[in-house]
Amino acid sequence: MKRSRLPAFITLGVILFLFAPLVVLVVNSFNASRFGGEWEGFTWNWYVKLWAAGEVWESLWITLKIALSASLAAMVFGTLAAYALHRFRSWLQNVHHMLITLPLVMPDILMGMSLLALFVLTGVETGLLTIWIAHVSFCLSFVTMVVLGRLQDFDFTLLDAARDLGASQATAVKMVLLPLLLPGVLAGGLLAFTLSIDDYVITFFVSGPGTTTLPLRVASMMKTSRSLPMINALSTLLIASTFLFAALSSRLQRHV
Amino acid sequence: MSKESRTVGQWLLTFPSLAWLSLFFVIPALLVIITAFRPADLQGGVGPGWTLATLREVQDPVYLPILWRTLWLSGATTLVCLALALPVAFQMARVGQRMRQVLLLLIVIPFLSNFLIRIFAWKSLLHPEGPLTKLLIWLHLIPENAVLLNHVGTVLLVLVYTQLPFAILPLYAAAEKFDFGLLDAARDLGAGPWRAFSKVFVPGVRRGLISSSVMVFVCCLGQYVIPQMVGGTSDEMLGSKIAQRVFSDRNLPHASALAGGLMLAVLVPMLIVVLWQQFGRKESE
Repeated sequence: MKRSRLPAFITLGVILFLFAPLVVLVVNSFNASRFGGEWEGFTWNWYVKLWAAGEVWESLWITLKIALSASLAAMVFGTLAAYALHRFRSWLQNVHHMLITLPLVMPDILMGMSLLALFVLTGVETGLLTIWIAHVSFCLSFVTMVVLGRLQDFDFTLLDAARDLGASQATAVKMVLLPLLLPGVLAGGLLAFTLSIDDYVITFFVSGPGTTTLPLRVASMMKTSRSLPMINALSTLLIASTFLFAALSSRLQRHV
Repeated sequence: MSKESRTVGQWLLTFPSLAWLSLFFVIPALLVIITAFRPADLQGGVGPGWTLATLREVQDPVYLPILWRTLWLSGATTLVCLALALPVAFQMARVGQRMRQVLLLLIVIPFLSNFLIRIFAWKSLLHPEGPLTKLLIWLHLIPENAVLLNHVGTVLLVLVYTQLPFAILPLYAAAEKFDFGLLDAARDLGAGPWRAFSKVFVPGVRRGLISSSVMVFVCCLGQYVIPQMVGGTSDEMLGSKIAQRVFSDRNLPHASALAGGLMLAVLVPMLIVVLWQQFGRKESE
């Protein structure tokens, strides 16, 4: 029986659609023309300019600090939460499951808006700490979901075996469960890290003076036409690191 | 393990995330709704006392076209995304394991690269001096002086672009579990490829279809960066108004009233889906 080729063509079209704008960015980052309308020759100029733009690197540093600390916290909370969700069946876990799921579907603007309301009403100065709190909050659910997926494949009789062989509960968890769970936890952490680096909307609501993260910096660069070609160069670097990250995390996922 | 120590263990494991999310998710959401009933003060904060004035203000008819635009843009985005995601999910579930991984990665990677940068990319692609405009003019598909940017169609296009992976992934998860033997059976019984696809495959991935639509629709409802960056001045969505009230007018109660409305509109369908899935979770055990 002949299979229709249509789905294959649509899939190809969708992938082209997803990549076309990114390709344009990468090409334009090497284009001597300022507006990228036409190809006017190859240049490294925008990368040189970007290298000299100190405020961009300062923003990158802030972003990395937040992403690292937020994903670490989310990894700890998320792993505990996933373990509880997997191990127990009770009304508490039903509520817990609901609480974990809702942030996944809450529009960013509402999450940002409600955290801003919390900080304004409690008189907390917005800044690094408030951004960190916000990032941990939206990363937690993602980490939990990834670890939960991994736990569902975990053979819990291994823990009983360790106990039978004389290991204490703590030793069994430390020596058997954690090492086997580690790839899942790290994959969740990587996802949290990318989400944190990427976030613009929520960060915009809870940021204060002196906490311009990279996405906030990009947004302000977009307003001045002088720095537009630099965004192309910066984007190319970011896209390249995304590829690297994706490769890394897919290795982690496969490495069971 | 004794029953008590199990209970203690459960609470110890659950407490960190439960406390964190209560403090930084549930309470803030409730605060938004409460703030809608408080008066504004001039410093962008909240004044003393209670008032219903803000609720009356947001019933202003200027919000009606914006609400309508938000709803139809979100609806249209959902439909376009589903129309594209269904055949993609179908294709992904039919190819071999290795190709599947490659396709999955190809779909996820653009979606992992920075959100703002993807919008910026569309801006330069659709720029009057940009490659797409030139190509379309050269092909005589659009008139010489056409402007592709700052148009409600542009907003729809970029919304579809950013939401498409959200539509594909749940549908793919459902398609992966679909028994493709059923399709062959339908074909053997004389159904054409289209009929088999629409009458057997589509109902077969119903669960994924529902998660995808809710996901995309709800995400669209809250958008404000896309209309702000690629849309014209008359293409604002509800999110644009919320951001304006917070950052330009510094009127937190007014923003809260709008956000509270949006929140209810989002949470009610979501709660239904979550409860339904939880019911399914128990059922499948």
